[in-house]
Amino acid sequence: MIQQDSTNRESFLLNMGPQHPSTHGVLRVILEMDGEYIVNLEPVLGYGHRMHEKMAESRAWQSFYANMPRMDYVGALPFNHGYVGLIERMTGIEVPKRAEYIRVITSELNRLSSHLLWVGAFLLDLGAFTPILYTFDDREHILDILEDITGSRLTYSYYRVGGVYRDVDYKFINKTRDFLIRLKERFKIYKDLVTDNIIFIKRLKGVGIISQDMARRYGVTGAVLRGSGIKYDIRKNEPYSVYPELDFEIPIGHSGDSFDRYIVKMQEMEQSIRIIDQALDRLPDGPFKGKVPKKISLPPGDYNFAVETARGELSYYMVGDGSEIPYRLKIRVPSYSNLSLLPELCQGMLLADMVATMGSLDLVIPEIDR
Amino acid sequence: MDFLSLFPPEFIRIIISSIIIVTFIFVNAIIMVYLERKIAGHIQRRPGPMEVGPHGILQTIIDGIKLITKQLIIPTDVNKPLFRLAPLLSFTPSILPFIVIPFSKSFQARDLDLGIVFILAISAINVLALLVAGWASDNKYSLFGAMRAVSQNIAFEVPILLSILSVVLMTNTFSMQGIVAAQNKIWFVLLQPIAFIVYFISGLAETNRAPFDLPEAESELTAGFHTEYSGMGFGLFFLGEYGNMFIVSSIATVLFLGGWHGPFPLPFGDFTNIIWFMIKVYALLILMVQIRWTYPRVRFDQLLNLAWKYLIPISIVNLLITAVIVKL
Repeated sequence: MIQQDSTNRESFLLNMGPQHPSTHGVLRVILEMDGEYIVNLEPVLGYGHRMHEKMAESRAWQSFYANMPRMDYVGALPFNHGYVGLIERMTGIEVPKRAEYIRVITSELNRLSSHLLWVGAFLLDLGAFTPILYTFDDREHILDILEDITGSRLTYSYYRVGGVYRDVDYKFINKTRDFLIRLKERFKIYKDLVTDNIIFIKRLKGVGIISQDMARRYGVTGAVLRGSGIKYDIRKNEPYSVYPELDFEIPIGHSGDSFDRYIVKMQEMEQSIRIIDQALDRLPDGPFKGKVPKKISLPPGDYNFAVETARGELSYYMVGDGSEIPYRLKIRVPSYSNLSLLPELCQGMLLADMVATMGSLDLVIPEIDR
Repeated sequence: MDFLSLFPPEFIRIIISSIIIVTFIFVNAIIMVYLERKIAGHIQRRPGPMEVGPHGILQTIIDGIKLITKQLIIPTDVNKPLFRLAPLLSFTPSILPFIVIPFSKSFQARDLDLGIVFILAISAINVLALLVAGWASDNKYSLFGAMRAVSQNIAFEVPILLSILSVVLMTNTFSMQGIVAAQNKIWFVLLQPIAFIVYFISGLAETNRAPFDLPEAESELTAGFHTEYSGMGFGLFFLGEYGNMFIVSSIATVLFLGGWHGPFPLPFGDFTNIIWFMIKVYALLILMVQIRWTYPRVRFDQLLNLAWKYLIPISIVNLLITAVIVKL
């Protein structure tokens, strides 16, 4: 907790959150301000803590699965993917090719919807009210597509150990293809209205610069890390599922400022479209679910499985003891590390810049307070 | 009539004009709020208000009733007299300038010799209201908003003054009717395009409209200076904002867009030319609305730099050039 120095009468404390329009959830930030400038900053967490890791230790692994999408409700499918991937790695269950392709397609769709929501919310932080309704319009299409096959719109529990819950049909494929064509058209609007907007560029260029050294020290991942110019993406560095078979690039930034993080996210969306296009072309026939025993016990030992979510590296670390109940489950979420550099990053910043920088980190608070 | 003859005719004239002006402000606010919500809706690909009345035209009236009937919440630690005073202080100066605005040759409450100076003097009070509101609210966000409002308004009053002066130099009069009359051949927007642009940008900033809405900057200061206000306290700030928008647009119309002059004469032009005036004012207002819903907010230092580094030097140079050309 920031202690106010009684001799220093220049600064005062400003309590931002837990209810504030730009903290996107129940994050509280205590700001020590000198006029409009931030002297010191401290994020306070725990308003939405639900003891997920402890819950994992008290029930069978299947019963805990439904908690996954409740952590990151904006991009829930990669969280599904990580968990079933972990169990598959522990037990050595084979997954059919078709199921892996379906997982990649739906995960990337979910990544698109998450990024679209972020673009809108980020611009809302910058005071542009309109773009969020356009991105929501696009996102709505993705939610409709995913609702048809997964049965839910936000908190998906679609993947199963050894496959997926339901097969996709031609309707899904056609709708997805139509949507991708539409989204490519929409990117032109976003470029004209947002990316080339002089006020937008002036607000973000040179604001919140994260150096490569700083990014490494805090262990940030995702677009925040790639915006600083470090090419690190779990999909390429520790490939899982069928990502090695697909051709895509990892966009990186140069200066590590908020504008680069925005550009990286926008380019990632284009890469996601590329991935989905290829995966739809190659989608093989066959079963969508492998042979899975009725009862799966977790073998003794330590296991780890990492996936790339919309926000960065998500890593599950599980210790099994031969029963169905995990002995310990550690969840490493990207937003937590991405938030942790905020105090160092925002020292001496203007309040408005701090809001913009925090927006560019793409934080999802229930993922931090899990 | 015996009763009326007890009063001097000037007194009756004042009362009638004030009633008309206040009514007009409320009607204008109702129209503008509806228009703003509809335009914002269509810009954002949604229908806007649709439920109350056909296409939601009664929505603003219902909202007004809601605001009036709402309980006024006064936080415990506020400075009560100042807290109550601030909304009135913000609303009143948005009424007075209507006295000198020439809607047409005959629709004007009073043609003062110093009409434009009168408007500038009165609208400067508005910033005091925001400062009082921010200070009295006992809320750090409100204080932030108030401080921003003060420095923003002071910064942008200078370019407004300079751009108005360059028009006044050409007309040799401060009277609003005189300025309109001087434009019967050519509108000043064609002779003074730079002054018009400078005036319009500064006018946006003076009325605290996006992209210069820093005093209320929702994502930074929750609601800025009116964070603690509810009910009609908030409503008066709102009315004041729309009143000020109308004033800024009508000054722009009078000074640059030829006032009530139209492309062709109407019958009973002394009265009906109000149509031309309204068309021009509402065109500017709609432009302001469109700008608000399109652009992101600028940062505070960028805003002040815009005023001190760009608009003021540009308008000074413009004024000098005007002076040299006019007086040669």
